[in-house]
Amino acid sequence: MHPILARPGRLNPYLAACTPLAAILTALLARPGAGIRAYQAIAMAWPLTFAYAFIGLSVWYVCRQFRFRRADALRSLVAHAVAAILTTCIWLGLAAVLAAAWGLWSPFAGLLQLLRPQGLALFSVGILLYVLAAALNYVLLALEAAREAERREANLAILARDAQLAALKAQIRPHFLFNSLNSIAGLASTDPDRAQEMCVRLSDFLRKSMAAGEKSAIPLSEELALSRTYLDVEALRFGDRLTVEEDLDEKGAGCEIPPLLLQPLVENAVRHGIASRVEGGTVRVSVARGGGRLRILIENPFDPDSPSRPGTGIGLRNVRERLAARWGAEALFAAKKLTDRFLVVISVPAERAA
Amino acid sequence: MTGEARPPVTVLIVDDEAPARAILREYLQRIPGVRILAECANGFEAVKAAAEAPPDVVFLDIEMPKLNGFETLELLDPGIAAVFVTAYDAWAVKAFEVSAVDYVLKPYAPERIAAALDRAIERRRSRAMPSAVDIAAAARPEGAWLERIVVRDGSRVHVIPVEKLVAAEAQDDYVGLRSEGKTFLKAQTLASLAASLDPTRFVRVHRSHLIRLDCLERLEAYAKGSHLAILSDGSRVPVSRDGHARLKSLLE
Repeated sequence: MHPILARPGRLNPYLAACTPLAAILTALLARPGAGIRAYQAIAMAWPLTFAYAFIGLSVWYVCRQFRFRRADALRSLVAHAVAAILTTCIWLGLAAVLAAAWGLWSPFAGLLQLLRPQGLALFSVGILLYVLAAALNYVLLALEAAREAERREANLAILARDAQLAALKAQIRPHFLFNSLNSIAGLASTDPDRAQEMCVRLSDFLRKSMAAGEKSAIPLSEELALSRTYLDVEALRFGDRLTVEEDLDEKGAGCEIPPLLLQPLVENAVRHGIASRVEGGTVRVSVARGGGRLRILIENPFDPDSPSRPGTGIGLRNVRERLAARWGAEALFAAKKLTDRFLVVISVPAERAA
Repeated sequence: MTGEARPPVTVLIVDDEAPARAILREYLQRIPGVRILAECANGFEAVKAAAEAPPDVVFLDIEMPKLNGFETLELLDPGIAAVFVTAYDAWAVKAFEVSAVDYVLKPYAPERIAAALDRAIERRRSRAMPSAVDIAAAARPEGAWLERIVVRDGSRVHVIPVEKLVAAEAQDDYVGLRSEGKTFLKAQTLASLAASLDPTRFVRVHRSHLIRLDCLERLEAYAKGSHLAILSDGSRVPVSRDGHARLKSLLE
């Protein structure tokens, strides 16, 4: 459908824009020496101009088909020439019928005869109107193409972001998974009950993280439950080397955050912190809400005398990017390495879960 | 290999996770002729255990507290064959492939452990064992430099952060590492040490000398073309013509 007809509100301005053309055509017909009176000229020019306005809309289809691209420039030209002549002939036919019709009424008697010498001039006007219509339609096509390109670009950006988020969400670290499976194998003969327990906890964790990964936001309480399940699995692996302390405030736990946001941080705390210490240690998670903001603190000890392990940077960068994607400059994120403790602080606008 | 009589082989297990040690012990015990000398939860324990009773083969986890698996291997007698046991580590696996080290990925089947043990014994017999420092170098991600150097002195282990290394000197098959007023000997070539260190911070100023750039106090002209570097700890290190050119290009 033609863009001018596709949306209501567009037809009236279009027709209004045609009125100067009607005035010009009136002047042309009523020019001295032609023998046509002004009222006769008006009676012809105005209906004919607006008739052309509607005929001109169909030029859209010709324009859409022939875009004057390098390969079809000649074909486009020929097509437009044929269309212009055809359209103008139809229009002239209409003019003849209109003049004949008016001619039945005495004030307009002999109008058709008076018009006959104007044939060539009218034909030229018809061709000219065609050119105008074609130009207008090409402008509309270009506008539509630009809007389409913009929409596609926006869609691509959204797709790219979704893909990135999906990739981030899918980041259950293989290191953790393989180590856990190895622990299960180890416990299977020495402590079958604990092996079974670990299978259950690991499955529980995988199920929860997959479910969380499908949402765009989850309540913090759910994310913390997921982290707890993860820590339960690791506790079986590390034995009494790993302990966990939580300091939660109820209001904070009800806020929404992107899923699996804290998970990589808790994993880092275990892998780069607790695992680096012979004696292990405590991972501390605290959550507080106040002043419209949600504050999350994750703290763990680490052994400065242990060799560094690859891979901390990527996890922290991902969390930072996800916070920025959701809250922009409103999100604060800081990771601090003290002498033997590692601290991650997140502060974001508190958003109640729906 | 089943049923076949195998010459006795002694092994050491090093992993910081108890369940991981348990499964390794269980699988190794199924192999006839294998005697487990000790199970260690970290590198220090391993160095001590190996000093008391050296094993033929050591099974090593990579990520451990205090010393990682590579560092631990560097501190063990080079005649001990290593099998690395790790969960997932793209870099490490690549390093094992290029340096022909035996490794097993967690979790594993008992047959994998038996096969790795066979290969380690074979390698030990043919003395075709890659050097521990080379394995560690191959496992370092591209663009990452050595952060610390481990040295053994009897059963004592010293860890020297590279920020505390002043200079290193080639001494036959060893390098003398000077740090905090003391010199530690390590069985390694100066070239291989130099290749592991950040070339913007450490300069090979002489065929048998390397210095940390931050420790350079001043240069004194010496015999024709050569110089002497005076370091922050007061020591003097000869600088060759090539070494001088390298120093100059770094300082400019």
